Amino acid sequence: MAQHGPGDLELIGLTKSFDDFTAVEPMDLTIPQGSFFALLGPSGCGKTTTLRMVAGLEQPTAGQILIGDTDITNTRPHQRNVNTVFQSYALFPHMSVMDNVQFGLRRRGDKDAKRKAQEALDLVELGHAGRKKPNQLSGGMQQRVALARALVNRPDVLLLDEPLGALDLKLRRQMQIELKRIQQEVGLTFIHVTHDQEEAMTMADSIAVMNAGRMEQLGDPAALYENPSSTFVANFLGQSNLLAAHVTGTAGDGRLTADVHGHEVLVDAGRVPAGLRDVWLGVRPEKLALGEGNGVNELKGTVSDASFSGVATQYLVRMPWGMDLTVVQQNDGSARARLGDAVTLSWDPGHEFVLDSAQDEDAGVEHVVVDG
Amino acid sequence: MSWLRRHLLLFAAVAVLLYMLIPNVVVAVFSFNDPVGRYNYTWTEFSTRAWTNPCGPQGLCDSLGLSLRIGLIASLIATVFGTMIAFALGRYRFRARSGTNLLIFMPMATPEVVMGSSLLTLFLMMGVSSGGLAITIAHIMFCVSFVVVAVKARVATLDPRLEEAAADLGANPPQTFLRITLPLAAPGILAGALLAFSLSFDDYIITNFNASPSSITFPMYVWGAAQRGAPVQVNVIGTVMFIAALAIVLVSQLLTSRRRRAAA
Repeated sequence: MAQHGPGDLELIGLTKSFDDFTAVEPMDLTIPQGSFFALLGPSGCGKTTTLRMVAGLEQPTAGQILIGDTDITNTRPHQRNVNTVFQSYALFPHMSVMDNVQFGLRRRGDKDAKRKAQEALDLVELGHAGRKKPNQLSGGMQQRVALARALVNRPDVLLLDEPLGALDLKLRRQMQIELKRIQQEVGLTFIHVTHDQEEAMTMADSIAVMNAGRMEQLGDPAALYENPSSTFVANFLGQSNLLAAHVTGTAGDGRLTADVHGHEVLVDAGRVPAGLRDVWLGVRPEKLALGEGNGVNELKGTVSDASFSGVATQYLVRMPWGMDLTVVQQNDGSARARLGDAVTLSWDPGHEFVLDSAQDEDAGVEHVVVDG
Repeated sequence: MSWLRRHLLLFAAVAVLLYMLIPNVVVAVFSFNDPVGRYNYTWTEFSTRAWTNPCGPQGLCDSLGLSLRIGLIASLIATVFGTMIAFALGRYRFRARSGTNLLIFMPMATPEVVMGSSLLTLFLMMGVSSGGLAITIAHIMFCVSFVVVAVKARVATLDPRLEEAAADLGANPPQTFLRITLPLAAPGILAGALLAFSLSFDDYIITNFNASPSSITFPMYVWGAAQRGAPVQVNVIGTVMFIAALAIVLVSQLLTSRRRRAAA
């Protein structure tokens, strides 16, 4: 596939400024052909602006957009072989579903438009709905029509702008699997913009996390999760316990010793950036075990909250210095702790990540607004 | 008793409707009258003479033709201009925007006497002679406002993302306009055009200011005739107009409901 295709999508120093603020700071990014790529970030981080620049709906202030060797920076949207699935679907209300799907093919004078459109509708399992009007379909069906309408043109790059945002949770999970299946079937480059970290992780081959117009980190989902490069990524992708720590010395065996509020812990030396002494020691909730480890990396506290969700139990454990650590215990038959129990938490050295303590520990925390 | 209570609203609605339709019914009935004397106000006997000879009275059909001509030309031009202005006002932010909005609003708020007389003054100063051309220009002027209002309301509900989607799917700007924007704005444009035609067709005051003896429109003819004794044919034309308007509304209603049913 790769050798025939249009080539990778390349963004070089792509920038977008509006009158009084910069929506996208100069960004360099290469998205390999045929990959499922996610742009992930909170609303207002510049991910949709980036997408719109690729689509041609927004003119970049500076920088270049290339597909393969072709510079498309200054072409109009209708001249680009790039199609978008809009967040609001943007189906043409005065046309039937079939005419919607055929729209792009007809503009190119494709003689085989009808058959291809029918195939695209079959692919999204709406082969029977061609004669209906968009407003006669449910949200999920409209979403699939929008997808078929874009896919049918076999674009070099397919852009998805929060395409599942308007669907309820169950339908969203179902569509995530569908989208992934379709992407693997047709082998096109998909760029998926979302603020839902779980969605990005389940679907994408690689993810670029964006924050305030900048790309924070780029990598495959596991790498981002296990090795976030900033507190923002650590907090935005899943939950993190960030412990203030101070590197004190070496312990041999490729490990360093660090001090966490008076407790000595061992840290994998390879995870500590060179020269850093004051750090955030990050441990994911599922890496923390309730109970003693092998005599290392143990912290004692009391259970201040426990919520059982079937698959797992999530605890908040109050540390002597007043901080609550989140612990997730799989429902694997081990004894459950109760509220007020004194417990020991432990984790294996190497299961942590280390960040510069100069960073804001609350960056990327999703604040829950409680209705007063 | 409860039956009456349940249908009271229906009775009231039908009664109001009948009350409002009485003038039209009277006009229609008296179009079959054969009056004695100049006035067609008392029923004498049934006759189809006026219906078989609608152009009988001198000047009636000339004035009707003139009104139709002016109405068609004025509403066409006003619809084109009004649609363009509505898109400009609805879609773009430009410096003269609020000023344009005010100018558009003015003709609707100005008393017709004021507008008619000032237009006449303007035409006199510019050397445009009174008559069909002056009337048409005047009609375009005030019709544009109503078209703008009708189309702007529609433009406001158009999702600009639909046009982006069309461009994204490879439609160039003219194709996007013809296939997406225009069909979606069409109901507003059509409403504006119909409104413009009926406003032009029945305008009397502004028309009268700018008319010449050779450009008598239908409302002017009726007004003049009413003072001397209106011929029965006026009732005939009025009835035909009413039925035509009714037919247009009914047909469009029928078409929409059928299309809706076909789509379901």
